Amino acid sequence: MPAVFYPVLVKEMIILADDKIPTMDEPVNVSEDVAEEEVEIKETFLQKLSRFYWGKNRSSPLTKPLRKWFLLFIGPVTAAFVIGFVWPFIQGIYLSMCKFQLIQDAEFVGFKNYISAFSDASFMRSFWYTALFAVVSLILINVLAFAVAYVLTLGIKGSNLFRTVFFMPNLIGGIVLGYIWSMIFDGVLSHFGTSIVQNSTWGFWGLIILMCWQQIGYMMIIYVAGLNAIPEDMLEAAKIDGASGWQSLWRVTIPNMMPSITICTFLSLTNGFKLFDQNLALTNGLPVVMEGGVGVSQTEMLALNIYNTFYGSNMSARGTAQAKAVIFFVLVAAIGLAQLAYTRKKEVQQ
Amino acid sequence: MKTEENKPRKNTDDEMPKAGKLSGEKKRMKALTVVFSIICVVYVLPVLAVLVNSFKVNTYVKTDTFSLPTGQMWAGISNFITGMNAGNYPFWKSALYSLVITLLSTFLIVICTSMAAWYVARVNSLFCKIIYYLCVFSMVVPFQMVMFTLSKTADQLHLNTPWTIPIVYLGFGAGLAIFMFVGFVKSIPMEIEEAAAIDGCGPVRTYFSVVFPMLRPTMISVGILEIMWIWNDYLLPQLVLDVNEYKTIPIHLQYLKGSYGNVDLGATMAIILMSIIPVIVFYLVCQKYIIKGVAAGAVKG
Repeated sequence: MPAVFYPVLVKEMIILADDKIPTMDEPVNVSEDVAEEEVEIKETFLQKLSRFYWGKNRSSPLTKPLRKWFLLFIGPVTAAFVIGFVWPFIQGIYLSMCKFQLIQDAEFVGFKNYISAFSDASFMRSFWYTALFAVVSLILINVLAFAVAYVLTLGIKGSNLFRTVFFMPNLIGGIVLGYIWSMIFDGVLSHFGTSIVQNSTWGFWGLIILMCWQQIGYMMIIYVAGLNAIPEDMLEAAKIDGASGWQSLWRVTIPNMMPSITICTFLSLTNGFKLFDQNLALTNGLPVVMEGGVGVSQTEMLALNIYNTFYGSNMSARGTAQAKAVIFFVLVAAIGLAQLAYTRKKEVQQ
Repeated sequence: MKTEENKPRKNTDDEMPKAGKLSGEKKRMKALTVVFSIICVVYVLPVLAVLVNSFKVNTYVKTDTFSLPTGQMWAGISNFITGMNAGNYPFWKSALYSLVITLLSTFLIVICTSMAAWYVARVNSLFCKIIYYLCVFSMVVPFQMVMFTLSKTADQLHLNTPWTIPIVYLGFGAGLAIFMFVGFVKSIPMEIEEAAAIDGCGPVRTYFSVVFPMLRPTMISVGILEIMWIWNDYLLPQLVLDVNEYKTIPIHLQYLKGSYGNVDLGATMAIILMSIIPVIVFYLVCQKYIIKGVAAGAVKG
């Protein structure tokens, strides 16, 4: 480009830019506000629909070209998401109403599978067993984790080291944990002539101990983060007002901790319900007791029960297994939502 | 509000009792440190038990679990040697497949979902909203709900090797990652990226040189969470992979117990030790990030 034109161009650019800059004699700000309001009032239903469809940043210099790269940015995740979640989920719902051994020969039978799932003694037993386990582990894990977090935030010596140690079991996977603890429990119980797979009471408490060992550290981290977020002056004010340690714990700390408590109870309850690996590795549902002519695994939890129904020797029970899985999903989702709604109400407004 | 009416009280019981309380508090702190040290020792005992028993002759593992491997009980490294080849499948192969699957999947998840999340947060069209809410929904769906159909779908599409299973992980694990990334992207101002776009930066370059550096802390959090999940996952690879050919560490352990009538406990402990040492090293090295990642993942999830 010849150098001569350069000043002209620059001048043009300045003029172009000047269009947007408010000058002294022209209060653009006010007029623009008015204009915007008018636009909002004038927005028709169709425009709203288009905004809903296209998004609110439709004409931004960023999103306009970004849309053209649709395939690169969102394509892989969408494709994988359809393969890994959406399609199996829809197919799963459909198959829960079918009689099938392989997907190809599925035959629609309506709600028969659900009826046979609910009338399955082992399923009902595993449901109550899981519920009991989830509640007991929820209480124990959260109380202990809160206590540990509370002490660690008092500023005692070596709290960093303690935190490191308490969190460590979380890195170890469920199967490995199960085998470590089955060795330890059997090491103790062999002196009494029994073993963890022979007594369902031991099996239950063994799993509780295992889960506490694993989960306390995890919940502790969340509680520590919550405790550190409580404003110091609030506790100080309580102290000045003459509140004792217990009083400020119950009246100041815990109400302020409700968001963390919500998260942790929610997490540990769903974790308890979804537990699979640890259950499989520690007892695998043993011992089996005959109840009404059928062997019922005494320490089998819901997830393991569904797995065993799917991949057990009875291939024709797969429809029932899929129905159980749908019931399981509804249960887990409902508990999560209900508890979230319930505890959110109690949160302190800040 | 309340402090004003109680102000006189503050002045009355101030100076004197405080000094007495302080020394009492110090004593209590010291006592707590001692108590927690003891609890910590108990807490590490299970891992120490693995270490001790991996050097013990098989028959003594069950009867003398908590004694040191001395005299007759000492097995040297023979447990490790039998453990390496137990179950007709070399352990190093399982460890290698575990590593490949974890690293590939985590890499794929972090890159793909952060790109998708940026697109979703910025474009925000109906399609994006649908994807986003489906992802949030997928976080409450337990794996058992989709396990049968997912494993069949993966089989049909030949996703049953360690090199293709990351796609399955990307699909099933996208929910949390998208959720965390979208939350973060929404908190950073769009003007920075718009400025880059006006300066002539294409979307791809904007992403890699503007957005990517800003997303790094969240990427580390997401990466840590995914690594912890995938490395320890048992059921998904067991159902999706062709297990006779490819095993991961959890599958290897589970099959060891299943295939033997009488398990060689000493060798099992040796394998367990070999599988948790890298994990503990990883934890000690990246501790700061791991704890941060867990806190971030939980606060949002």
